[in-house]
Amino acid sequence: MSIILDHVNYTYSSGTAYEIQALKDINIQIEDGQFIGIIGHTGSGKSTLIQHMNGLVKATSGAIYFNGQDIYDEDFDLRNLRTKVGLVFQYPEHQLFETTIFDDVSFGPKNQGLTKDEAGLRAFEALKMVGLDESLYYQSPFDLSGGQKRRVAIAGVLAMRPEMIILDEPTAGLDPKGRDEILDLISKMHDEKNITIVLVSHSMEDVAKYVQRIIVMNDGSVMFDDCPSEVFKHYKELEAAGLAAPQVTYLMHELKERGIDVDTEATTVEEAKRSILKALC
Amino acid sequence: MLRDITLGQYYPADSVIHKLDPRVKLVGTLVYIVSLFLFKGPVGFLVITAFLALSIKLSKVPFLYMVKGLKAIMILMIITALFNLFLTPGETPIFTLGPLKMYPEGVKTAIFMLIRLSYLIVGTSVMTLTTTPNQLTDGLEKGLMPLSVIGVPVHAIAMMMSIALRFIPILIEETDLIMKAQMARGADFETGGIIKKAKNMVPLLVPLFVSAFRRADDLAMAMEARCYTGGKGRTKMKPLKYSGNDARAYLLTFVFLAVVIVLRIYNL
Repeated sequence: MSIILDHVNYTYSSGTAYEIQALKDINIQIEDGQFIGIIGHTGSGKSTLIQHMNGLVKATSGAIYFNGQDIYDEDFDLRNLRTKVGLVFQYPEHQLFETTIFDDVSFGPKNQGLTKDEAGLRAFEALKMVGLDESLYYQSPFDLSGGQKRRVAIAGVLAMRPEMIILDEPTAGLDPKGRDEILDLISKMHDEKNITIVLVSHSMEDVAKYVQRIIVMNDGSVMFDDCPSEVFKHYKELEAAGLAAPQVTYLMHELKERGIDVDTEATTVEEAKRSILKALC
Repeated sequence: MLRDITLGQYYPADSVIHKLDPRVKLVGTLVYIVSLFLFKGPVGFLVITAFLALSIKLSKVPFLYMVKGLKAIMILMIITALFNLFLTPGETPIFTLGPLKMYPEGVKTAIFMLIRLSYLIVGTSVMTLTTTPNQLTDGLEKGLMPLSVIGVPVHAIAMMMSIALRFIPILIEETDLIMKAQMARGADFETGGIIKKAKNMVPLLVPLFVSAFRRADDLAMAMEARCYTGGKGRTKMKPLKYSGNDARAYLLTFVFLAVVIVLRIYNL
């Protein structure tokens, strides 16, 4: 599975007073099994970009290829694409609607045309994956806590067995514990089910810890597209774009300036610890 | 897709019309609507067209933006035209199709009806496109204040209206978002018969209602936290004041109304 975005442009409300060019000449290639982070401050075009990846928004110009097929072709099945490229929106708990959690999670598989049993099986599997307690399956989703609701909503997408999952700010509004749980869940989906993950966030710390590749969006265009340590080398430019590198990066640069020979490419606390110990011993 | 609804959406521009006092615009729109149902002949029609054209020109809002609102009532307009065409009684039919007879009188009423409906939408769009919802309710509140003497809760009504108006774009955006979220889970809002379509709306409507209630709750809490107690003793940050332009606009409006009335009396 691969997705290629080729010279994609997108303009909101074109021809009116509210015209905004949200995406400018985007060229991205996403390969099978990658764990990608998309970073950018509010209004940089992150959300618009990911809605292109499963065909919810049609590019003003440019082409998108899914496994080599042009998704804007007349005979391309967009609904099928959406089940392969799952998209978890920001605050996904707001889209819950069924009377029981189990029914809500079965909604996606049922739309795929699966039988009731099969859909139920997948719902069960997805709910197990997100680690929701079994006693809750037949309760109303509206009675759950915020973090639990979010896990149910993610299960709703997971139940379609997508090959790729895009998550838009999955940790927004959660406390540190809820945030870690969600991020661990996402990395579990990547490691165990080999699902390609695209994680949209504005927290560098979150992203640095998990992803293999970072795409930095600024003002509608791709600013950097590289592995975390390469991207964080440009921490000064990131700051200018309203973002910040992980605190570890700042610490390591500071130490280096003060004459301690540490590795400034460390991006996580763990790596930094090792590097500092090595330099001091 | 849902962003395309223009009715009740403000178009920012720097124009004479934008700067008028909302009360003037309200009265002007009212007069304009009355005149639409007063005119009887081609001269009256010309005068109204001139008035409408002048307001559009002065408002600096692109013409296309105003006509967009017509799309929404297209079907209503077609049905109205058909009913008027075939159901207006007359003397000599000009066209017969089975039991349906078309008279010249029918053609005339149909045309008048179409003009009235489309002018109604375009004319009121001039007001809603040049006035923010807040200004509009401010204008209403101030204009209707005399009624509070006889116990009409003018402030409460105005507050409810401004909240309702304020929430329209938010709810539209929310609808768009939930629709997309459900489409990402394979929901289908386009195909199928009426019953199937209505059923498919459940995944959209339930979350929408839940979020509307949640927002209402939050808003009520926030208002209470800021000690909102209703209209009594409440002052405005920007009180409405008439200026010279407002007086001229009033004058123009009433001259216009007088002309339309005179034209009606003479059946022109």
